[in-house]
Amino acid sequence: MDLAVILSILDATIRLSTPLLLACLAGLYSERAGIFDIGLEGKMLAAAFAAGAVAAISGSAWLGLMAGMAVSLATTLLQGAAAITLKGNQLIAGVAINMLAAGMTTFLGQTWFSQGGRTPALSEGGRFAPITLPFANELAGVPILGPIYSELISGHYLLVYIAFIMVAVTAFVLYRTRFGLRLRAVGENPKAVDTAGISVVKQRYQAIIITGLLCGLAGAYFSIAQGSGFGNNMTAGKGYIALAALIFAKWKPVPAMFTCLLFGFLDALQIRLQNFELPVIGVVPVQAIQALPYVLTVVLLAGFIGKAVGPKAGGVPYTKER
Amino acid sequence: MSAHRPLPRWADIALLPALNLLLAFLVSGLVVLLVGENPFHAIQVILYGAFGYGDGFGYTLYYATNFIFTGLAVAVAAHAGLFNIGGDGQAYVAGLGAVVVALALDQTHWLIAMPLAIIAAGAVGGFWGFVPGWLQAKRGSHVVITTIMFNFIASALMVYMVNRVLKPASTMAPESETIEVAGRVPQLRQFFSFFGYSPVNLSILIAIAALIGVYILIWHTKFGYAMRVLGANPTASRYAGISNSKMIMITMTISGALAGMVAINEVMGVQNRLVLDFVAGAGFVGIAVALMGRNHPIGIALAAILFGALYQGGQELQFVIPGITREMIVVIQALVILFTGAMEGLFRPSLERAFMLLSPEQKSEAIAVSTAKPES
Repeated sequence: MDLAVILSILDATIRLSTPLLLACLAGLYSERAGIFDIGLEGKMLAAAFAAGAVAAISGSAWLGLMAGMAVSLATTLLQGAAAITLKGNQLIAGVAINMLAAGMTTFLGQTWFSQGGRTPALSEGGRFAPITLPFANELAGVPILGPIYSELISGHYLLVYIAFIMVAVTAFVLYRTRFGLRLRAVGENPKAVDTAGISVVKQRYQAIIITGLLCGLAGAYFSIAQGSGFGNNMTAGKGYIALAALIFAKWKPVPAMFTCLLFGFLDALQIRLQNFELPVIGVVPVQAIQALPYVLTVVLLAGFIGKAVGPKAGGVPYTKER
Repeated sequence: MSAHRPLPRWADIALLPALNLLLAFLVSGLVVLLVGENPFHAIQVILYGAFGYGDGFGYTLYYATNFIFTGLAVAVAAHAGLFNIGGDGQAYVAGLGAVVVALALDQTHWLIAMPLAIIAAGAVGGFWGFVPGWLQAKRGSHVVITTIMFNFIASALMVYMVNRVLKPASTMAPESETIEVAGRVPQLRQFFSFFGYSPVNLSILIAIAALIGVYILIWHTKFGYAMRVLGANPTASRYAGISNSKMIMITMTISGALAGMVAINEVMGVQNRLVLDFVAGAGFVGIAVALMGRNHPIGIALAAILFGALYQGGQELQFVIPGITREMIVVIQALVILFTGAMEGLFRPSLERAFMLLSPEQKSEAIAVSTAKPES
């Protein structure tokens, strides 16, 4: 394999990891605040549809992005109303959100656009264009480092850079701010937070608002950056991979980035390796690589390679008094 | 806080689900209205499509058969305090057991093939439930997350198995060899012409047997009692000398095996071969069915017929009213899960208060509660 092939795989890795990373960070805020979120998939799907639909009608990618984030936020608040205010089962709320998004997007897509659930293809301005970083073209001639800079680092969509910046932001917010301390505390020991005079409910809502916005970015990435328009069930289980990545990263932002890159890499590799013969092993079934993120997560969860222990108060609605 | 009296039994098992269902339908109706169609017309079409004629009713029962199995799978796990979200994957891999036996015994008789296929499908589906159960019991990994992961692993595994192992070299489509003779489960239409061309088959009898079996298991055996103790209070069950980890593993195996019965209905009763994605989300409908049916076999049977009717009527709907696609049914299903499962707190408190006001001896207590300062 020469440099060009390696670079193209790594380039694909970054493109494929971005939505995972955004969704994974989204889940991190929610779960660190003590709310299990298996509804990441649904929120992304709803956002992808809203972004695709609005961008197609308005012709503006920015309006599409706004719409995606707004719809994702609204979905999150519905889930929050069930899981926080009404003290319902968080897991069931997540399942309901996923199903609701799957049904609604296809249903509305078909009724509004009559293209088998797809939204119309986007015009030039309806989609985010890749960003060329400064000097990318000039430096392309430099051996080794040049192609790495101009192909691997430059030339991605805005959302890709936002995703990676969000890792640093999240790490800072979580470990270096008062908000982050309270967020973590509410996920570990809400009673203590409550005793300190801080509203558990408010803190949890703040956390899921961030979750909603980030899921909105992740969803919009599918329909108005990576793709041109929304397609049926566009997120294709990526929300669950993000969830797996979150567990794999033990609910920490920087490991989350590396895990998402790993899972993105597996995805990129899987596309490359279709019918590709490896020495010794022979043809690796594509399905084996597709299943690998899930298998790895199960193995990790089982404690065979390290131990993943989630936030202590995760999954339990907070009740002040009994 | 302690002044809240639990609801009367009938209100708990009938009125509350009915209210939640009504709300789900109301919201769905609004969605239909939103796209400019008449919701009452839609209901009419669904009802006629599901119950109005033999074929339609047959299809309703065929869908209901699947949903009874997956609903029971969720319910059995729920009684032991486990949330089995992996019914889809368990039913999917169970297809392997069903198709292998059906093809191997294709030249015998269905009375031989069917029981053996049930055992095989149950074993494979059960295994797919057992592993997450084992991981929960012995390694402490959360059963919800593992069953989600196992759904995806199942789907990758099945694509591989169908394409690389089961597919005869002569066919192009990703499906197994066709089951021709004895591996097919007899159709009800062979006995009653009423059902027309609908695929409802003898699997529905297995479903009914499963309903009765689960009822006996949960309420009339020692094991079922232990399950419910575990579900209600794991610490108490441990002190009572029940092995929680053993209970979890067995319960998840039973749950997986029940989900696996979907394969009998689909592979041997309808498709007559193993096709990709034959489960088609039935595992997730099972969650709605179990929630609706309050984890009780009678409730599950009714809820399964309700969802069967929605699925069949939904098919009809998209032919009669082109503005509405069958995804509308998925929306209704999601709303049912949302309102009955996650938003139970919406009606219960006010309903409890209403019932206290209605009974004279509790009235003064109720007034005291509602006039007391709300604790915040």
